[in-house]
Amino acid sequence: MKLKTIVLATTALAMVSGAAVAEDMTIVSWGGAYSASQNNAYHKPYMEKSGINIINDESSAEAVAKLRAMNEAGNITWDLVDVVASDAIRLCDEGLALEIDHDKVLAAAPDGTHASEDFGDLIVSGCFIPQIVYSTTFGYRTDVEEWGGKSPDDICDVFDLETFPGKRSLEKRPINNMEWALLCDGVAKADVYDVLETEEGQAKAFAKLDTIKDNVVWWSAGAETPQLLADKEVVIGSTYNGRLFALIEEQKQPVAMLWDAQVFDLDGWIVPAGLSEERQKRVMDYLHFATDTQRLADQAKYISYGPARKSSAPLVGKHDSLGIDMAPHMPTDPNNAKNTFLYNYEWWADYRDDLDAKFQAWLAQ
Amino acid sequence: MSDTASQQVLTTQDGKPLKQALASALRREKLRALLLIAPLLIFVLLTFAAPIADMLFRSVENGIVEDTLPKTVDALQAWDPQSGQSPGEAVFAALYDDMVVAVENKTHTRLGSRLNYEKTGISSLFRKTGRRVGKMDAAEPLKAQFIKADDKWDEVETWATLKLFSPRITPAYFLAAGDAQLTPDGIKMKPADEQIYLFLFWRTLFLSVVITLCCLLLGYPIAFLLAALPLRTSNILMILVLLPFWTSLLVRTSAWKVLLQQQGVINDFLVWTGFVSDADRLVMINNQTGTIIAMTHILLPFMILPLYSVMKTISPSYVRAAKSLGANDWIAFWRVYFPQSVPGIGAGAVLVFILAIGYYITPELVGGTSGIFISNRIAYHISSSLNWGLGAALGALLLIAVMILFVVYDKIVGIDNVKLG
Amino acid sequence: MSSLPPYASPLQRTWHYTFRFICGLIFFFLIFPILVILPLSFNAQDFFTFTPEMLALKPEGFSFKHYEDFFTNPDWQQALTNSVLIAPTATILATTFGTLAAIGLSQQHVPYRSAIMAILISPMIVPLIISAAGMYFFYSRVGLQGTYWGVVLAHAALGTPFVIITVTATLVGFDRSLVRAAASMGANPVTTFFKVQMPLIVPGVVSGALFAFITSFDEVVVVLFLGSAGQKTLPWQMFTGLREQISPTILAVASLMVAISIVLLSVLEMLRRRSERLRGLTPG
Repeated sequence: MKLKTIVLATTALAMVSGAAVAEDMTIVSWGGAYSASQNNAYHKPYMEKSGINIINDESSAEAVAKLRAMNEAGNITWDLVDVVASDAIRLCDEGLALEIDHDKVLAAAPDGTHASEDFGDLIVSGCFIPQIVYSTTFGYRTDVEEWGGKSPDDICDVFDLETFPGKRSLEKRPINNMEWALLCDGVAKADVYDVLETEEGQAKAFAKLDTIKDNVVWWSAGAETPQLLADKEVVIGSTYNGRLFALIEEQKQPVAMLWDAQVFDLDGWIVPAGLSEERQKRVMDYLHFATDTQRLADQAKYISYGPARKSSAPLVGKHDSLGIDMAPHMPTDPNNAKNTFLYNYEWWADYRDDLDAKFQAWLAQ
Repeated sequence: MSDTASQQVLTTQDGKPLKQALASALRREKLRALLLIAPLLIFVLLTFAAPIADMLFRSVENGIVEDTLPKTVDALQAWDPQSGQSPGEAVFAALYDDMVVAVENKTHTRLGSRLNYEKTGISSLFRKTGRRVGKMDAAEPLKAQFIKADDKWDEVETWATLKLFSPRITPAYFLAAGDAQLTPDGIKMKPADEQIYLFLFWRTLFLSVVITLCCLLLGYPIAFLLAALPLRTSNILMILVLLPFWTSLLVRTSAWKVLLQQQGVINDFLVWTGFVSDADRLVMINNQTGTIIAMTHILLPFMILPLYSVMKTISPSYVRAAKSLGANDWIAFWRVYFPQSVPGIGAGAVLVFILAIGYYITPELVGGTSGIFISNRIAYHISSSLNWGLGAALGALLLIAVMILFVVYDKIVGIDNVKLG
Repeated sequence: MSSLPPYASPLQRTWHYTFRFICGLIFFFLIFPILVILPLSFNAQDFFTFTPEMLALKPEGFSFKHYEDFFTNPDWQQALTNSVLIAPTATILATTFGTLAAIGLSQQHVPYRSAIMAILISPMIVPLIISAAGMYFFYSRVGLQGTYWGVVLAHAALGTPFVIITVTATLVGFDRSLVRAAASMGANPVTTFFKVQMPLIVPGVVSGALFAFITSFDEVVVVLFLGSAGQKTLPWQMFTGLREQISPTILAVASLMVAISIVLLSVLEMLRRRSERLRGLTPG
């Protein structure tokens, strides 16, 4: 009965559309271990400090669609949204996210470096407040008998079915896969997007992917590859590095990382455009707190994603429960980042629709 | 009857002409029927039909071009793409005015994304130009400045696309949904390596039919058994039908993953019994087989329950009568029992088929690439690529397909005209 | 088919048992995936597969941690509460409106009958993803998006076709002379409805209500669009759980739900038998 009252009360409050609910702040994120790490590093200390109640919404995957619909309806129910960089650019371009003056809103580094300098190039859009650097990379099982003791250490081993037989898992979209295919087809890193722009280049990439197509399980959610690896359904698979960390270090599965040609990407906050003054002010206060040097370093205690501030890197310590050093597990660690690939947001904004249609048609063949 | 009526007027007890009394009774009955239906009708219209109509309007709606670039669209009227030259200064002046406003409102990138569906590269053209437009000098010739910002502005194709998609209503999304596109030279099929939707529609229909048939094949004996058994027994067995039905679809889908995968329970069992060797375990998931098995399981109760409720009303005395008149078991079943169960088959098959055709969670999870449905693409366009127009057009086509099948079915079997006994 | 008469021929006998065997296999097909879930929900690992320890029945392969997670995790508890609040309300709305309309539709003379039927059935025909997107845009405009009532109304709309179909199916076989008989003996329409029609259509109404309930209780697409964090239902939580972090907590929830279903179904069955006894009908 008590729960019912609470829910009804919340409903009633939520129905007062637009107007912010007393001292609640809705923060949208990805859910799972990632939300948990934010909860521990940011939300909990902030709630204690400010008395504001943070409500978690796990809709980041649909954030752009939902924000666009909210904008059309003129009814913004979210206060802060965690999105990947490409979505942030899109939202900012469309005027759905608020432009941020990074130096004004965010705390300076402990040594006084301005926030904009501390984050550096990672501020890929005027609306984007970077939080973590993650990468899409491969993990492989270490107990495959057919491999005869060899283990893959090169991205092109993914395409080498002779030395490393077995199923692979790849993401069900062209992004990253096309680039990897070209890299392993002899295209220089710097030329990848120029080649991919041409019909021949695209055909080349598909031809390379064709060589392993029959041995690929396609995933669409980050949790799938770890599951497939654990189930021995695949022997190599791409996913986000944090997922593989959890699989290897927390679940103790016989899996190792293949960092070669990992594709860096960013994840961070955007503030939806169209919030009331008062809600905006509250969000800015939260952002000031949650994106300072110490807080970003704290998040790395719970998940193996690199903090976006340069000044946070030296503060990265040990895992909260496992007690292992987190630095060697960061995608940005020099040992892991010997060969990385930079993902071109601008290019994909143009070619996404086109290549996606081709990719899906190719898949369906 | 009419002969009698024309000769002498029949009256009811209270003196009204019978015809009139019947007519008013009929009117009353109609009115009462409508009154009973009205609450739900209004409810469904408001909560459901209106949103769908609203949604479907998006499949042809294309106001964005004219709303974002009103002056340009107007100025482009005079330009002829056949001239082979990009438009003159007047159009660029209009474009400048429009772009200044659009950049202010941040609507130019939305337009860019919209037109990028039709011609790759326009998205970055608008984004790039948006950044430059503030630095342009309105007093100088604008065409040169735009071309300097991006030489795509000098290409006839860019402008032809803009002009082609300037009307407020566009068939472009429906064309795209049929693997075709509107080009300055008329409607053309897309290049073969981009064609996907017609194929997906076909596959969706095919898999749905297969799933419906599987459900019927497995559901009919069960419903028959349940209807024939004494209530006490059948109710216990009914729990076996209702249990899966009450279990979340997500969980049942996951369960099939556990069962069907290559290291899964079924393969383990087959390897253990020696039916297949460890090296060539069966691939039963992430393909059509997976989709068909899992969806048959998930939709089977939707077949059994309607079948059962109809079979329950079939009096056993008909079959007994047939047998007593000399029919054997098969004839009695086929000629007497089966026809009476047809309404149940109809209700169940339509239910299963319609649910199947719109499914997307199960195909998404177990369908891999060869077992996905058109709904998966609709979902993708609604929530991921954000090409809502195309999503709506695909949805409209799917809807039309379902409606046609529904009408055809209604004509053949007549879902609500069948009277028993 | 119910029982084999003593004079059955060997052929009939064989067929009888073959048929039973086939039905047994189909029942196995129906129930086996659900039974598989139960042991997996006690997995000590965070994955969906049987570990060697589990197959060897070693105690260290099993644990209650996923159940613990369900009962202690506020996300799951909130989701449970929301589901329990949303589904029954949607069911009541759908069943009430649906039953009335079904009775209306089964009258002999209904103007525009097929058009009305088409509209009323449409929530079931329209693929969920389209309904969800349409409702999302529309409900946002009227301020219902992200509210309890928004989700309830949407779920009720999705559930009504099932009620209509099941109730009209029972009414198709309904002998209208019973109503006339009741009316000729002086019963008014309301009395006729409750005394004559209602008892006969009850199975249809109950099965329709079950459909409507399960539609809401199991619905994930519409709630993902229409709900906000405050309306997160169990399927929503499962969906994010399945997608973002595959966790056997989902299997624990499923096992609990199966257990609850068994209890509910048994109670329903007992109630039904009791009412039949009271009405003087002996089951089979």
